[in-house]
Amino acid sequence: MSIELHTPIADEDIRKLNVGDTVLLTGVAVTGRDAAHKWLADNFIHPVKEVSAEDRANFSDLKKYLERGLIYHCGPVVSGLDTKQYKFVAAGPTTSIREEPYQADVMKLFNLKGVIGKGGMGQKTLAGCHDAPAVYFHAIGGAAALIAQTVKRVVAVYKYEFGVPEAMWVIEIEKLPAVVTMDAHGVSLHDQVRTESERKLQELIS
Amino acid sequence: MKTDLTQKICELIRITSTDLPAVVEERLREAQHQEPAGSAARVAMDTILTNVEMTRKNSTPICQDTGTPIFFIHYPTRVDTNELTRQIRQATELATRMSYLRPNAVHSLTGRNSGNNLGDDYFPSIHLKQVEGDTLTIDLILKGGGCENVGAQYSLPDDPLNAGRDLEGVRRVVLDAVNRAQGEGCSPGFLGVAVGGDRGTSYAASKEVFLRDPDDHNPDPELDHLEERITTEANQLGIGPMGFGGKTTVLGTKITSTYRLPASFFVTVSYMCWAYRRRRMTFAGDRVNYE
Repeated sequence: MSIELHTPIADEDIRKLNVGDTVLLTGVAVTGRDAAHKWLADNFIHPVKEVSAEDRANFSDLKKYLERGLIYHCGPVVSGLDTKQYKFVAAGPTTSIREEPYQADVMKLFNLKGVIGKGGMGQKTLAGCHDAPAVYFHAIGGAAALIAQTVKRVVAVYKYEFGVPEAMWVIEIEKLPAVVTMDAHGVSLHDQVRTESERKLQELIS
Repeated sequence: MKTDLTQKICELIRITSTDLPAVVEERLREAQHQEPAGSAARVAMDTILTNVEMTRKNSTPICQDTGTPIFFIHYPTRVDTNELTRQIRQATELATRMSYLRPNAVHSLTGRNSGNNLGDDYFPSIHLKQVEGDTLTIDLILKGGGCENVGAQYSLPDDPLNAGRDLEGVRRVVLDAVNRAQGEGCSPGFLGVAVGGDRGTSYAASKEVFLRDPDDHNPDPELDHLEERITTEANQLGIGPMGFGGKTTVLGTKITSTYRLPASFFVTVSYMCWAYRRRRMTFAGDRVNYE
C-alpha cells in the first residue's frame, strides 16, 4: 500500500519514511532543474552579484510555495504557451544527479521536505536529507503522461526566460506516485544497489 | 521529388513520440512479470506500462524528454535531399507546436532554447544515404538526454577492467558501462554497441544499430552469442527497473563492428531507455506507409 503525503509535510511524517516505501504525493510542487538550481545558487546561496529586484520578488514568491514543500526535477511539455492557458502534457522526472552540487543548500534555503526526481543523488544530498529532515522521492522516469495527469493545475510560472523545460512551474499535484530511495535516516537504496551490482560485476569479469 | 512530405513526416514524429512499438512493449511486459508484486521494481514496471497505454490512446508524448530527433534516411536518386531536409525541419517545428515534441534545442554557449527544436545542421540530426530503387525510407529515433548521458566509449586495451582487444574485452567494458549507468538511463534499457571506427563513427554506429528489430539475430554467430550473453549477465547485476533493484536491467543488446585504424580499438556503448521510440516511414509511388 502506498503512503499518502500532503504538502506542507511535517517532519515526523518524513522521519517515518524508509527506502523502498511507495508514496502518493499531493499538494504544491515547484519544478526546478539545471538552470533553476544554478540561479538559486548564484543569487541566494553564494551570491556572485547584486540580486535584481525582480529576482528578489521571484524568490520571495517561491519561498511561499516551497516551505515544507517539494521541488521536482522535471522539464515538462506544456501546452497553451500562446494563450497562457498552461496545461502539463508530459511531465516525467529528469536525472537528478546534475543538481548534486546545489541540492543540500537548496533544501536548506527553502526548508524543503522532499526532492522528486530520478536516478538518485549523492552523499551531500543524503546528508542534507538527514539534517533537514527530508527525503528523495524517485518518480518513474519516462512515465510522463501518467504523471502529467496527476498535475491538476498550473498555479504560476517563474523564470520563464529559461525556456519551457528549465522554467520553474508551480503546480498542484494529486497522488503523484513515487518511491522513497533516499531517506532521512542516512539510507540510500542507490548505494545499496550499486554496492551489490559492483560486487556482481567483479565476479563476472574476474 | 514533387510531393511535399511535411505533414507525413510530422505524422511520423507524432507516432514515434506517442505510440511505443509493439515489440518493445512486449519486452516490457515480460519484464513486468519478472518482478514480484509489491516491489518497487514492479511498481515501476506497472507505471511504465500504464503510461504506454495512456499515451497511445491520448496521443501525447510517452516521455517529456522527446530527445534528439535522429533521422536516418535512405533515399532514391530522384530525391532532392536539400528539399527533403527543409521538409524534415518544417515537420519538426510543426510537431513541436503541436506538443508532440518538447522544445529541446539549446544553444550551447548562450543557453537559449530555440523554442522550435531547430538548431544548427546537427539539430535535428539527419543522416542521408542514397540507395538503389524507388523507395524513400525515413527512420526516426527519439533519444532522450537521460540515456544519452550514460553512453560510454572505451579505448581498448583497458587495464583496470583487464579488457583486451577481443570480444572478451568488449564484454567486459559493456558490462562496466551498464554498471556505471545504474538506473540513470531509465532502465530496463537496450544497448547499442559498436566495435571499431574512430570516436565519431563509433558513436554513430552504436546508435544506428538501434534500427535493428529487437527480435532479430545477429548474422555473425559469435556476435549473436555475445549479444545474448551480455543481456543475461547485465541482468545478473540486479540493478533493475529505474535502478530500484530487480531482475530486469537490460532488455536487449545489439552489436555491430566497423573498420578501425591499427592503433585504435574503440568500443562504444549507446544506451536506449525503456521508451525506445523508433518508427519507420516509407514512401514509394504515391503511397506512404508507417511501421
